[in-house]
Amino acid sequence: MENKAKFPFNGTKEQEKELRQVIAEMKDEKGALMPIMQKAQEIYGYLPYEVQKIISDDMQVPMEKIYGVATFYSMFNLEPKGRNQISVCLGTACYVKGSGLIYEKLKQKLGIDSGQCTEDGKYSLDACRCVGACGLAPVMIVNGDVYGKVTVDDIDGILERYE
Amino acid sequence: MYRAHVLVCGGTGCNSGGSKKIISKLREEIEKNDLNDEVCVVETGCHGLCAQGPIVVVYPDAVSYAKVTVDDVPEIVEEHLLKGRVVERLVYKEESMDSRITSLNDTAFYRKQKRIALRNCGVIDPESIDEYIGTDGYEALGKVLTEMTPDEVIQVILDSGLRGRGGAGFPTGLKWKFASGNRGNVQKYVCCNADEGDPGAFMDRSVLEGDPHVVLEAMAIAGYAIGANQGYIYVRAEYPIAVDRLRTAIKQAREYGLLGKDIFGTGFDFDIDLRLGAGAFVCGEETALMTSIEGNRGEPRPRPPFPAVKGLFQSPTILNNVETYANIPRIILNGPEWFASMGTEKSKGTKVFALGGKINNTGLVEIPMGTTLRTIVEEIGGGIPEGKKFKAAQTGGPSGGCIPAEHFDIPIDYDNLISIGSMMGSGGLIVMDEDNCMVDIAKFFLEFTVDESCGKCTPCRVGTKRMYEILDKITKGQGTMEDLGKLEELAYYIKDNALCGLGQTAPNPVLSTLRYFKDEYIAHVKDKRCPAGVCKDLLQYIIDPDKCRGCTMCARTCPANAISGKVKEVHTIDPDKCIKCGACMSSCGFGAIYKK
Repeated sequence: MENKAKFPFNGTKEQEKELRQVIAEMKDEKGALMPIMQKAQEIYGYLPYEVQKIISDDMQVPMEKIYGVATFYSMFNLEPKGRNQISVCLGTACYVKGSGLIYEKLKQKLGIDSGQCTEDGKYSLDACRCVGACGLAPVMIVNGDVYGKVTVDDIDGILERYE
Repeated sequence: MYRAHVLVCGGTGCNSGGSKKIISKLREEIEKNDLNDEVCVVETGCHGLCAQGPIVVVYPDAVSYAKVTVDDVPEIVEEHLLKGRVVERLVYKEESMDSRITSLNDTAFYRKQKRIALRNCGVIDPESIDEYIGTDGYEALGKVLTEMTPDEVIQVILDSGLRGRGGAGFPTGLKWKFASGNRGNVQKYVCCNADEGDPGAFMDRSVLEGDPHVVLEAMAIAGYAIGANQGYIYVRAEYPIAVDRLRTAIKQAREYGLLGKDIFGTGFDFDIDLRLGAGAFVCGEETALMTSIEGNRGEPRPRPPFPAVKGLFQSPTILNNVETYANIPRIILNGPEWFASMGTEKSKGTKVFALGGKINNTGLVEIPMGTTLRTIVEEIGGGIPEGKKFKAAQTGGPSGGCIPAEHFDIPIDYDNLISIGSMMGSGGLIVMDEDNCMVDIAKFFLEFTVDESCGKCTPCRVGTKRMYEILDKITKGQGTMEDLGKLEELAYYIKDNALCGLGQTAPNPVLSTLRYFKDEYIAHVKDKRCPAGVCKDLLQYIIDPDKCRGCTMCARTCPANAISGKVKEVHTIDPDKCIKCGACMSSCGFGAIYKK
């Protein structure tokens, strides 16, 4: 896998223990695969090959199924995210109020494309679908903090808080 | 007993405006003024007036304060709570409003509303089961378990005329009836669709955040009606507050014996689990949602068999959305006639809409079916900002269409919306003004569908992509008149042949804009012009020689070095170098730069 070279896997023994415990507790529930993968992503921050393999072994589910599920849903990441995760809402309400311009400006400023992470690992950028804060459109989110009524000129000030 | 209750909105909108800090400051100030025994601070769900957030409402008089900051808190406590004087400068005001009105319920925004699904939102503390019970919560569940047979419950829902609030508007009672056969002999499931994926829609989120118990109660009622003892709520992981409050609510309901074994001592067992969505729009489609709960890629299945026959884990299943459930306990308590007395002939009750886009009162409203678009936009929504002209209202998200000004007076219900080429959808209502390009909007929705198509069936996977490419060509000024014909042909082909609702409705934004705004398409194709000034490739920035003072500001701002001119002489823009970022226009202090 190409990604392996770019981001070497450095999961810890503790993380592995935690994951295996989660799997042992949940695997007999109906439809447990997705909740387990969501937990795994909480533990590791993303789902690299090595983590998928642990899930596959412990749940007796083929790798291709896990990979299939991981790539189907936009919330599962196969690559690690930046320390600061930025997302810009491109839902309709935000879009008609100009969130597209904010998104373009961020791409330009950070020098990365959607779904990527800056080389220093500081920021990653995503476009997200509606977060339901349409009253505040346009909206951007950094590490779960929602910023509403954002203008292109606000971007520098917001990013400064996450150095 | 408290003398006053201070309700602070804790919905996502107000939360990001700092309502958490306001609450702690309120508690601090109340303590300081020794009012602990007299005044109670409650964090509630969404009040609906998101544009004016954070909202603080002081009862018993429902005095509503808007855009409150932490710094305003000492004044509110000292003036209002201690001395009984309303802080006028913070009171929510509408332009048309009598200045003596201070109560939220008398504002134009609230007056035309009829809150059933949202009745507890912004009123009770969503994290307290006691407050829910205090407003007749779980009484409907008690009534059906002790006084009604399952068939009677279904008959009540049928008689009420309630139709699914998630989009298609299928009669809820009928859905329950189909799944009701063979009770007690087979495993069945009750599911709740809280995967509110339509961009611009946040009705369900507000119900879950403001009144989570109503969903649990209604699901238990549904379980009793069809003979199921397990429920699943499939909720978006993008709604962290809603997920937390649901978890709390489920825990409380189990502790009170309102979920679990032998509810109310009647021998009826029912429990609910949460499943988090992982960001796939298609999972709002019923069969895809069930496939996802099963732990698979959320791809839809062909119907029949319908979920009422073979749904989740191959068992009979009913799936309703959050808002549909939020109506159920009231229907049980007040009777089907009460519910059916509201609305139009074929659409009963009320509907919650999320107002967004170019409208003053962005937020959440619940209105009787049959209210006109004009009332929603002009009266409740407070009109369009900056005196701009209304161009269209978009309903139904990526499955719906744009309603032009000519249909401003049409009563909104399921059937009327379909007849004018849109649909109810889950209730997002985005207002667009003269600055929005309808071709660009159609392209925006197609881009969404292309991205979210699961890829299982070819008409949707390939067809929407081809439509997007044609729209992209048009917005770049490279479209031909034949392209417009091709768009329409493809649209009908996809509608007829796609496997699930996502694909079947994906062409609607294109068809409805072609129907009502064809002149805009033609302007892009024939005149290579974007009338709204949105499509970058068709824009030109021009410096008005009469207004330019030669200050060089624009030339210094331009990132592409496309502007030339000497100091105190008229500047010009080289259209070949210009990247149309608009930086020059916003930097010019003399208003000399315009686009066309």
